[in-house]
Amino acid sequence: MSVLTLTVDGIEVAVPAGSTLLAAVRAADAELPTLCHLDGLTPVAACRLCLVEVEGSGKLQPACATAAVEGVVIQTQTPQLREYRRMAVELFFAEGNHVCAFCVANGACELQDVAVAVGMDHSRFPYQYPQRQVDASHPLFALDHHRCILCTRCVRVCDEIEGAHVWDVAHRGAECQIIAGLDQPWGEVEACTNCGKCVDVCPTGALFDKDDTTAEKQPHRERPALLRRARDQQHWQNQ
Amino acid sequence: MTAPQSLQLRCCDASGCRSAGAGALHAALLQARDQLGGAAEGVAIKPVGCLRLCGRGPLVALDRPGSGGIYAGLTPEQAPELLAVAAGLSHGLADQRLGPDHPFFALQQPVVLEGCGRVDPTSIDDALAMGTYGQLQRVLAECTPEQVREQVKRSGLRGRGGAGYPTGLKWDTVALQPAGLRYVVCNADEGDPGAFMDRSVLESDPHRLIEGLAIAAYAVGAQQGYVYVRAEYPLAIERLQLALKQARARGLLGAGIAGSSFNLRLEVRVGAGAYVCGEETALLASIQGQRGTPRPRPPFPAQSGLWGHPTLINNVETLAAIPAIIREGGDWYGAMGTAGSKGTKVFALSGAVANTGLVEVPMGTSLRTVVLTIGGGVPGGEGPDGGVKAVQTGGPSGGCIPAALLDTPVDYESLRQLGSMMGSGGMVVMGESTAMPAVARHFMRFSVAESCGKCVPCRAGTVQLLELLDRFAEHRASLADLERLEQLCGMVQATSLCGLGQAAPNPVLSTLRHFRQEYQAACRAPQLCEPLTSCSLEAKGP
Amino acid sequence: MAAEAVERTSRLVRQHRGRADALIEVLHQVQELYGFLPRPALHQVARELQLPLARVYGVASFYHLFRLEPPAAHRCAVCLGTACFVKGGAELAAQLEQRLGVRLDAPAGDGSWALEHVSCLGACGQAPVLVVDGQLAPKLPLDDPRALALRFTALGLDPRP
Repeated sequence: MSVLTLTVDGIEVAVPAGSTLLAAVRAADAELPTLCHLDGLTPVAACRLCLVEVEGSGKLQPACATAAVEGVVIQTQTPQLREYRRMAVELFFAEGNHVCAFCVANGACELQDVAVAVGMDHSRFPYQYPQRQVDASHPLFALDHHRCILCTRCVRVCDEIEGAHVWDVAHRGAECQIIAGLDQPWGEVEACTNCGKCVDVCPTGALFDKDDTTAEKQPHRERPALLRRARDQQHWQNQ
Repeated sequence: MTAPQSLQLRCCDASGCRSAGAGALHAALLQARDQLGGAAEGVAIKPVGCLRLCGRGPLVALDRPGSGGIYAGLTPEQAPELLAVAAGLSHGLADQRLGPDHPFFALQQPVVLEGCGRVDPTSIDDALAMGTYGQLQRVLAECTPEQVREQVKRSGLRGRGGAGYPTGLKWDTVALQPAGLRYVVCNADEGDPGAFMDRSVLESDPHRLIEGLAIAAYAVGAQQGYVYVRAEYPLAIERLQLALKQARARGLLGAGIAGSSFNLRLEVRVGAGAYVCGEETALLASIQGQRGTPRPRPPFPAQSGLWGHPTLINNVETLAAIPAIIREGGDWYGAMGTAGSKGTKVFALSGAVANTGLVEVPMGTSLRTVVLTIGGGVPGGEGPDGGVKAVQTGGPSGGCIPAALLDTPVDYESLRQLGSMMGSGGMVVMGESTAMPAVARHFMRFSVAESCGKCVPCRAGTVQLLELLDRFAEHRASLADLERLEQLCGMVQATSLCGLGQAAPNPVLSTLRHFRQEYQAACRAPQLCEPLTSCSLEAKGP
Repeated sequence: MAAEAVERTSRLVRQHRGRADALIEVLHQVQELYGFLPRPALHQVARELQLPLARVYGVASFYHLFRLEPPAAHRCAVCLGTACFVKGGAELAAQLEQRLGVRLDAPAGDGSWALEHVSCLGACGQAPVLVVDGQLAPKLPLDDPRALALRFTALGLDPRP
């Protein structure tokens, strides 16, 4: 396997050919927040938190969806990037209704973690307080749209790993919403296999197990990567 | 180009004049000719596409040796009189006559629009008589794809959809991909408010576009192509469909075109109301029947486009320039325009200006010439700048250029330096009564409504920008708002996924740059803003 | 009507040889059939194109020209493109809201008029413009209230009783 050498924040790293910039960043042990990215799922580059500066390119590139190139030099922590990241996190908080104190994912929430990582103590942008719904029609799980950040991990895991494609994004712009079936109550969608993978991968408390109450959610965000590896390489972890 | 018939009335039958009553006028002319008989019988009456001065419709052009001209604002009652003029029996309607020396027409140099308003858009025979498809046939018989691309490279043509990427380079990139399937796509999703160049080409001269697209397909080795037209243009879709049918029937599309071994299938895909589909990767998703959301580039569509195959995407105006470039040679086209922006550009001139319509001029023509000489300035406007306050170019991705900079040459670089951009060619003139924060809010509303919602800076950032602009437009902003506005503009510009989001702050940034005092005046305590320079990013709110 | 429409929808899908990429074309044609996109029709399209329901709904709701609810009897669209904006398009919209007693872009109620905005019709030379039940109405005389009222009446835009 051929190897690429890159420089991440001044540190030289080697990654296998075909890797993304994100893999290189991780190889350099640099801290780079992500929200929409999840190992095992196709990257969509939607949350813009993993944007990095690539020397010689005028535009910021999403590390999760950009192929590593031999000799490239990237910066992940310029003051400008930190500022943009913090603003993006503020925008996430302002566009939804995120109240950690009584959220099922309190303590196990990637949005919360990212807010801490970027040092966000308040939002400079006014909260929008959108009117959204909670769908508790499924016998095992529920979806609280107030906490959804539209990362589309649920859409992708259901389509790419489970093969059921229960979820998709409907409408557009600020009206975007995750829907099940023809915008039906989740519990009525026959395609759902009750596998719970969408709940496993949700970065926030939007999708959760009905048995869990405040701060009890235990996500399993490693599962798509394990399943993909099992499928692609015939490599099973639990044997 | 064939000489016009000796006696002919060309009646504009494009959307603009249709809405102004061209249909009734055309019927009245036919009826009047029957009734008048005699000398009037020799006057041919032909429906054509856009005659360009859309604001004065319905328009009819008279071809008559020595005394031709365009007649504007005609009513059906005036049809007999016009026929009498055409037949040489009257000298009436002089008030409504615009000669070829009229400033709106005199400075124009039609290349893309050379057939517009001359050819009957519903007749392939008329198009063939004008020489359309001649270059396609010549290229198939005489040229290699490399030779075609060489001419396009020599012409210096750059994409007319907005970004201005060199067309020849794009064609090379697609052509030089590893062997396999390739696609060509014509982007006719003209969505910029204030732009109607592409609609006019589709409605007025669809065969020219098909010829340009077919030449492009030959040059890059594609056998399948799509024209993606926005659904808001029903007449353009109808005429394009008809033209495709006619071209297939004549063997100018399909298998073994014009006796060569070149095959090309072209299909129309109709949009469904999404501005973002003008973005390349969103357009490809839409052609594939998906939500029109963009994806990160690279890979560029030239490497991996429709169904993963190399795909050439060009805009209508770009492709419509190709037949003339091939006919006259790349050097001929490259001799027009400026060093960095070759050839001619079509602008849709509208807003607070006397003459609204389509303007095709060489690149590098000054804004002053376009807006004041050709456009005639603001009606009733006075002073050296003709009452113009600003000119908006580039639609929701562009900006406002103040009257003080009217001498700017119109080319890609000059407009970008001023914080605006060429965009697709919309040019909206604004008079003194237009408030700039309100203009910025107008465009931000558009961006909010058209954001696809995929990435957070565009989805949530534009909503916050609109709220901030509401405060300025309604005179209840604070200095802290000005700081937040600039910070957020910078963030949305730098971090959005696609061109729509990246360019959404441009109307704000350009009006902040050239009309900052209007934003300052909208703050609750404007006196704190003096002197003007203290309102920079470093300034802290009260 | 219902059974016939179902049969015609099947025919449409077959005409496109059941290709998934024809989804938008099929939705256009189904909307022509029903005037909007009823849920059962979306269900049928998804089944016959072999696409997930959520994917079909995601596409149908993404594009502004697809209607998921039955339309009002009459539709009036105000152009708010830039040229119309400069020539008072927003003022025109406000006057029509008053006259018709409906809010701009409000979801279709039980009233006879729906008032919506369009971003640009490319009829900038005729600004400001309206589209009333598919017909383009150019150059609305905003500076002359009496002439404007006459134009509104001629277009069938009668004041709310």
